[in-house]
Amino acid sequence: MNNSILVVVLASAVLYGTPLLFAALGELLAERSGVLNLGVEGMMLVGAVMGFWAVQRTSSLALALVVAAIAGGAMALIHAFLVVTLRANQIVSGLALTIFAGAAGLSSYLGNDLNLADQPAKRIFHSVLPKSLRDLPVIGPILFNQSLLVYGSWVVVIVVVLYLRRTRPGLNVRAVGESPAAADAMGINVTVYRYVHTVVGGALAGIGGACFSLSITPQWVDGLTSGAGWIAIALVIFAFWRPGLVLIGAYFFGAFSALPYTLQAHGVTIAPELLQSLPYVMTVLALVLVSSAGAKRRLGAPAALGLPYVREER
Amino acid sequence: MIRIERRLEQPGWLNVAVPVGSLVLAFGLSALVLVATGHDPLQTFRRLIHAAFGGQAQLTETVVSATPLAFTGLCAAVAFRMQLFNIGGEGQLYMGAIAAAAAALLLHSLPMAIVIAAMVLAGAAGGGLYALVPGFLRAFLKTNEIITSLMLNYAAALILNYLIFDSQSYWRDTTTAEAKVFPQGKMLPDSAAWPSWTLHGLGLPLGFLLAIGLAATLWFLFSRTRFGFEVKVIGDSPRAATYAGMRTRRKILAVMALSGAVAGVGGASQDGDFRHLLDPRGLQQAGYGYAGIVIAALARYNPFAVVLIAFLLGGVQNAGFTLQGADFPSGLVGVMQGLILFSALGCELLVRYRIRLASRARRPVPEAAT
Repeated sequence: MNNSILVVVLASAVLYGTPLLFAALGELLAERSGVLNLGVEGMMLVGAVMGFWAVQRTSSLALALVVAAIAGGAMALIHAFLVVTLRANQIVSGLALTIFAGAAGLSSYLGNDLNLADQPAKRIFHSVLPKSLRDLPVIGPILFNQSLLVYGSWVVVIVVVLYLRRTRPGLNVRAVGESPAAADAMGINVTVYRYVHTVVGGALAGIGGACFSLSITPQWVDGLTSGAGWIAIALVIFAFWRPGLVLIGAYFFGAFSALPYTLQAHGVTIAPELLQSLPYVMTVLALVLVSSAGAKRRLGAPAALGLPYVREER
Repeated sequence: MIRIERRLEQPGWLNVAVPVGSLVLAFGLSALVLVATGHDPLQTFRRLIHAAFGGQAQLTETVVSATPLAFTGLCAAVAFRMQLFNIGGEGQLYMGAIAAAAAALLLHSLPMAIVIAAMVLAGAAGGGLYALVPGFLRAFLKTNEIITSLMLNYAAALILNYLIFDSQSYWRDTTTAEAKVFPQGKMLPDSAAWPSWTLHGLGLPLGFLLAIGLAATLWFLFSRTRFGFEVKVIGDSPRAATYAGMRTRRKILAVMALSGAVAGVGGASQDGDFRHLLDPRGLQQAGYGYAGIVIAALARYNPFAVVLIAFLLGGVQNAGFTLQGADFPSGLVGVMQGLILFSALGCELLVRYRIRLASRARRPVPEAAT
């Protein structure tokens, strides 16, 4: 029963959805503060390569995640400096970040320069729970045969939900994203809030990238996220900027990303390209659905998303 | 004390100073990356410049690299004019290449001039129709065109791979035993080989001349016609455009189709000028679409500047291919392109604002706070 194709697909949906979940939660934090960061793909790839480098050097998975988070956060800092301090166009700056950091950019430069290609990871994330739980019918493989990355991502979802709903800084960041002028008048430092949330968002994207190089792939290949960062951005829109919905959406898109590999392993002979294009086509379809439903009310989008805040020009 | 003030008018010299300054700044930042990873920047840049612009052979190769970049740069510039972010130049170029290759294979027995014209038209149609997908979604459903056009890049790359590697398609060579083991595209007929000219030893392929002609046409369209004026108004202020009775939806469709068609002709030029078959690996190797965005931003959407900057970045890309190796890691070209775009954005600050060094003493804070 646990080998039935549906269970296998759902289990790998969780596996493949986890990087999307980390990255989309990070992007959600940045966007809630009013900063649109289209550089998620680049931040993920730099996190993936630096996390992999750290595990090869130190054999410590914890340290690898820290390094991946710092690398992703450092990339986000460039974006924050350009769009918050220099008031640059957020769309172009995010694209620049993806070009700079992404496949055939810094991540590829670092991976080639540090000779990380074509070697297996020294340590990878394994399932942690006891075998009795993992062998439970249906929910065993889906929920309990997962690594710490998956359980960690659930913790992050809960933290983000509580942070945005139940804490003072969470309320403040929503104010900054909705109306920076009002927040400023309340004495909230708009610049600091935007910097912090953009950088934390980048750190989460970095961890999301490390999910690929330390768990899914698990090795370093140039451009190994293959568009996951962009799907994560779409996911935030698709989830109406709500962390709980991001969780569901991540596994939905995770299933489509996992489908080509699971079906091939089960001997299904459809052209692989057709299956591989599923996550991209589904992203477009999901965006169409959401935009036709929500275009009039802009459901959930922070009002000041993408706009620079300049105190003397409001 | 540094003050940042909004400029009331933009002086003309900034149009030259910003791109030049961004390039200088980007080279400086790239040098930092090289030093940080233990490379000698001066040595690397010297080799890069020699490999790109060092002689007639190198310059000819640079023009080869610059040709697709000029098309994708124009593609991005056309859409950015109206604040439409068409990131799909890459996929539109692939679709243009597919359509143009089909036209060449179908019409193989016709005279060369007709085949070439058909390839250009087919390329434009392929790219334009593919760009109309995000255009249509944006115009009628307000779907974010950035993400949809980008997702379609991945889809187009998979279509390319499917046609050559995983099907018995019209484009695939299935005649020899070798081609069955190592899949590749059918060779295009001789009548589909685009001519090229040599000027003082510098090779000029038809595609590059076509890009220059296209730049001139686009310049005329955008600065001398009603269409261009309306595009500019819609880009700067959609609300004003609506009040003035301009048809925004039609313009979105027209501009996206035009933008995609330009990239599609770039794909046709890849078939006709350089590759002479549908070549998925080669087309996907260079990242023409992303480079086009950098070029359009640096050129500040001026079509002639796009061609000039495409030539410069084509040089960098050409050098990247030639030098790839241990002391020239392969991601360096992308790093430099990203840094150029970052620098252009930073320098853009100087266009919109001016930075003044004002002492506090001379500008006392008014006593009654507002």
